[in-house]
Amino acid sequence: MIRQISGSMILYYYFNIRLLIHMTLSINDVKQIADLAYIEISEEEANATLNQLSDIFKLIETMQAVDTSQVEPMSHAQDVVQRLRDDAVTESDQRDLCQSIAPQVENGLYLVPKVIE
Amino acid sequence: MFNESLKQLSKRLAKKEISSVELTTEFLERIKKFNPEFNAFITIDEEKTLTQAKQADQKIASGDTGPLTGIPVAQKDIFCAKGWLTTCGSKMLSNFVSPYDAGVIERFDQAGAVNMGKTNMDEFAMGSSNETSFYGPVRNPWDVAAVPGGSSGGSACAVAARMVPAATGTDTGGSIRQPAALCGISGIKPTYGTVSRYGMIAFASSLDQGGPMAKSVEDLAILLNVMTGFDQRDSTSLQREKEDYARDLEKPLSGLRIGLPKEYFAKGMSSDVEKAVEQALDQYRKLGAETVEVTLPNSPLSIPVYYVLAPAEASSNLSRFDGVRYGYRTQIYQDLGDMYRKTRAEGFGVEVKRRILIGTYVLSHGYYDAYYIKAQKLRRLIAQDFKHAFSQCDVIMGPTAPTVAFDLGEKSSDPIQMYLSDIYTSAASLAGLPGMSIPIGFGDKNRPVGLHIIGNYFAEARMLNIAHQYQMATDWHQRMPGI
Repeated sequence: MIRQISGSMILYYYFNIRLLIHMTLSINDVKQIADLAYIEISEEEANATLNQLSDIFKLIETMQAVDTSQVEPMSHAQDVVQRLRDDAVTESDQRDLCQSIAPQVENGLYLVPKVIE
Repeated sequence: MFNESLKQLSKRLAKKEISSVELTTEFLERIKKFNPEFNAFITIDEEKTLTQAKQADQKIASGDTGPLTGIPVAQKDIFCAKGWLTTCGSKMLSNFVSPYDAGVIERFDQAGAVNMGKTNMDEFAMGSSNETSFYGPVRNPWDVAAVPGGSSGGSACAVAARMVPAATGTDTGGSIRQPAALCGISGIKPTYGTVSRYGMIAFASSLDQGGPMAKSVEDLAILLNVMTGFDQRDSTSLQREKEDYARDLEKPLSGLRIGLPKEYFAKGMSSDVEKAVEQALDQYRKLGAETVEVTLPNSPLSIPVYYVLAPAEASSNLSRFDGVRYGYRTQIYQDLGDMYRKTRAEGFGVEVKRRILIGTYVLSHGYYDAYYIKAQKLRRLIAQDFKHAFSQCDVIMGPTAPTVAFDLGEKSSDPIQMYLSDIYTSAASLAGLPGMSIPIGFGDKNRPVGLHIIGNYFAEARMLNIAHQYQMATDWHQRMPGI
């Protein structure tokens, strides 16, 4: 038990130190996030985004002022459990309808650039 | 006729004084007259609309009618409607003709309502001024220099300008209540889980909730009766007994305890808004209510918490837009990754991309606990504050927005100032509580002010009662912009 508490305290300090370091985002951070999000970003956009994200994260950092060590995270507004249903077919085949709005289809297949050489 | 209540219009239809086609045509004429200036609609399709009106007339002729049969209702362009262009205010979905109906659309169709078209909105419901729409900003009918609020700005404008008798909206952090306040109409976001999210394009799934927007509270009750109900296709839809939201409208307010959060009245509210709110509270005291001070100590943190959780959920939800199965795809690309990156760079607007980046960052390795889990913990504290407050009062009241409608362009280059427009509304969203806004007068530049009413879980009927009694004693909700 004691070990667990001290472990989480270490984690707590670890995060705070990391936060201090990362409170100011770098241009490379912005580019890396954009890459993770699959959004192409130009140098100019990355610079503009950097300034705005830095301001927004300053606002977000105000959360750290409240001690929440004893609080359980709340992921949802209602305490509900996932409903289960019978394993039965509920949808009818609407492939033609759904593919009629696709950017590119051929023989009932969605076309994308070649992914395997 | 265009300023009449849903009940009055329904009575005219039932008495055959007017047909749904005639009623619908009258409102379509108003849309044609005013929409070029206000830009409240993204899609208008007279043929589809009039077909529904004809079907409604057949229903009326056969005696198969309900309170909304033949009544024109505009739909926010976030609700998928089969055969209708459904854009969510984005270039990404600028060619998306929905192959299916949202649960909400099905309910209005079954009730015999007439879909008047799809209303303009902030892109993917991310915004508080309607300026992030790919289809251009909506204008506030009270003052064309002002924004209508957002994200349901098109719906708020359409109702305020009497282009439609009622409309739908969705609310993630204030997107029904804030535009209702800024446009001088009534709107309610019910308890999370009461309106189906099936076919409602997702922004932040644990917060998104549909609701009605109309001239009066009585109209909201009628609309809510149609909109709510269990839908097994929405995993967070609540299984509850069907209730009549109009059942308590006429109850007197004596003994009502109104909680006034000291944090909401401390600072931040502009003096013109404060004056209107104080006058509304005086009216409530005349109606027999008493006011008590309550405290929501963590609510000032609702904006930072919201701007961690909502972008986190958005970055996950919006990963589906990849240009493969539907929607926009870039023209020139080298490989699959390049196609994704260019499609998303071109298809999303600046604010949507900003929020995807915030969300991606707070969910990324090493920051998840410090931001995302931290925000979820604060979300619980915010919800607990309300629980405590509701042990001392029946409803909570305050301003819906800190100021009256601001000017177009005033905040569009400063995201944080824009985010702070939802300072009073986002806490109730995080807790999943019902919230509404009703018009209570005018502030600076003669722009409308809204009163925010937050109720306990499933207290919609009581909230509607409280708001309706105010509207019986005042006439702010009947005021129309001089257009």
